[in-house]
Amino acid sequence: MSAVADTRGTPYWLTGPALLVFLGLVIIPLGMTVLLSFYDWGQYKGIVPEFTLKNWVEIATDSYFLEIFLRTFRIAVLVTLFSIVIGVPEAYILNRMSPGWRSICLLAVLGPLLVSVVARTLGWALLLGSNGLVNQGLMALGVIGSPLEFMFTETGIVIALTHVLIPFMILAVWASLQRLDPQIENAASSLGAGFVTIWRRVILPQIVPGILSGSIIVFALAASAFASPAIIGGRRLKVAATLAYDEFLNTLNWPLGAAVAVLLLVALVAIIVGSNRLIERRYAQVFE
Amino acid sequence: MSHLVLEGLGKSYGGAVAVEGLDLSVSRGEFISLLGPSGCGKTTTLQMIAGFVPVDRGRMLLDGADLAAVPPAKRGLGIVFQSYALFPHMTVAENIAFGLEMRGVAKAERESRTLEAMALVGLKGFADRYPKRMSGGQQQRVALARALVIKPSLLLLDEPLSNLDAKLREEMQGELRQIQRSIGTTTILVTHDQHEAMALSDRIVVMNQGRVEQIGAPDTVYDRPDTRFVANFLGKTNLLAASGDGAGGVSVDGFRVALPDAPSGSVSLAVRPERLAIAEAGSGFPVRITNRVFQGAHWLLSAHSPAGTLLLTRANDGRPVPAEGETVHLAFAAADASLIRDAAR
Repeated sequence: MSAVADTRGTPYWLTGPALLVFLGLVIIPLGMTVLLSFYDWGQYKGIVPEFTLKNWVEIATDSYFLEIFLRTFRIAVLVTLFSIVIGVPEAYILNRMSPGWRSICLLAVLGPLLVSVVARTLGWALLLGSNGLVNQGLMALGVIGSPLEFMFTETGIVIALTHVLIPFMILAVWASLQRLDPQIENAASSLGAGFVTIWRRVILPQIVPGILSGSIIVFALAASAFASPAIIGGRRLKVAATLAYDEFLNTLNWPLGAAVAVLLLVALVAIIVGSNRLIERRYAQVFE
Repeated sequence: MSHLVLEGLGKSYGGAVAVEGLDLSVSRGEFISLLGPSGCGKTTTLQMIAGFVPVDRGRMLLDGADLAAVPPAKRGLGIVFQSYALFPHMTVAENIAFGLEMRGVAKAERESRTLEAMALVGLKGFADRYPKRMSGGQQQRVALARALVIKPSLLLLDEPLSNLDAKLREEMQGELRQIQRSIGTTTILVTHDQHEAMALSDRIVVMNQGRVEQIGAPDTVYDRPDTRFVANFLGKTNLLAASGDGAGGVSVDGFRVALPDAPSGSVSLAVRPERLAIAEAGSGFPVRITNRVFQGAHWLLSAHSPAGTLLLTRANDGRPVPAEGETVHLAFAAADASLIRDAAR
């Protein structure tokens, strides 16, 4: 082979297939969705390929959409926060376990990812229903007098989504914990720091990149989640993803659904990039 | 009174003994090296003193008080780790001031002591640098300053120079010794590098398989090794098969030296290559030179003799050097030979 001439083209040939798939399955449909969001639609005339801002104006002015988007991001923020609060200590404990126990616990942590999202969410529906195990248990213990409302509430959605998405947080934080100097805690301790101080001043600042990347994944997946909000939230408690679904398949107003989908995407990207910048600047030294 | 006393210190992991029966008493201001190959228990010993590893057997006394009862954070020891374990998200000044902050030292004093420590290790002007932007040698200085700024009762050094290149290591050795002398902090160094141990310490504790082989000043341990292990671990050495005559003499292939406490029967003598001298024919014992290597300042000669294969060095001082294949006679003074006590092993 005439190596020199060939090697220059090799990277393009190697990335070619993936690039084509990406172009065909992501870029083109995405462009078409954006285009679709500017089309007109009527109950009787269907989709009319004429440029209009009607859908965007409707989303911007109707408080119904605002409420749904606010709910979507409220849920996503809460799920992200709970994932951090539960996932970070869990990752730390995992990291300190002996290898044998660690693999068992890791399997339990990753468990939710191995089960179909629908089956898992239906399981939560069984647990959280007004006659479900959780309510029965709490009532039997006398903690509550009447069943708590989990089904068709944001609380229920947050619980189910946190369970599904927490593995992403744990894995991301665990990866950054493994990059810590194994002696760093001993070093801090020898200088007189107690456990809480070591955590706050030494460990936490160093695993910010892990928490951030975990948060981005969890937030994005929570904000765009469909199955869990659909099953636990039901028809009435809509989030952006179920709203777009309904516009496409129930109302058949594809342009409006497309506008909702595009707005969700743009908002997600804006929020993630913005917070990423902010945190990377604050903790510049650990992001290298 | 001894500053730090270790009595019968021992530690096992599962069934494996890591350290056994370690007795050591360290005076104030002394520089002690724990020297040995990896797995000899030197690091475990340091970690027990630091409090990162619980003590299984024995006692540790610091100024007469039981050290094992004090949690690591309250021991007030300065530790320099092999990896330095600097806080990457803090500047040099923040790293060094951390221990003072934990002690609740007021800001003004904290700053002046931090600057003082930085001057001591030669890091003036680096206050706002982050560790990642520094060379290994500079990071090492930060770690040392961070450990010293709290005015520790003991300074523990865990292979602090092993990540530096040879030239820098030598430079740091000199500096470390000079800093330690100037502030007079009792120091315990863990190392597998014999040169480092010999260059830095007042006394060396040679360890092997969890046990102490010999404790002594560097020149004593080097010149008068007690055991075969010490003789081989520190520098190059020749072990000569010899026989004691029971009357205070030992002979190597007909060459007799006076060693008053030598037993009768076959014994081993350790003689350093640089202490073997070429003698006039008729005296000493004969060897045949098998190989010679020029090393600049000296020649390294290998020789074969009935007493064993020998190494000897000859200074490159202009005198003729025996050629390969030549037979010469070697001799050594009684003071240059040490009787190896565990010869049977």
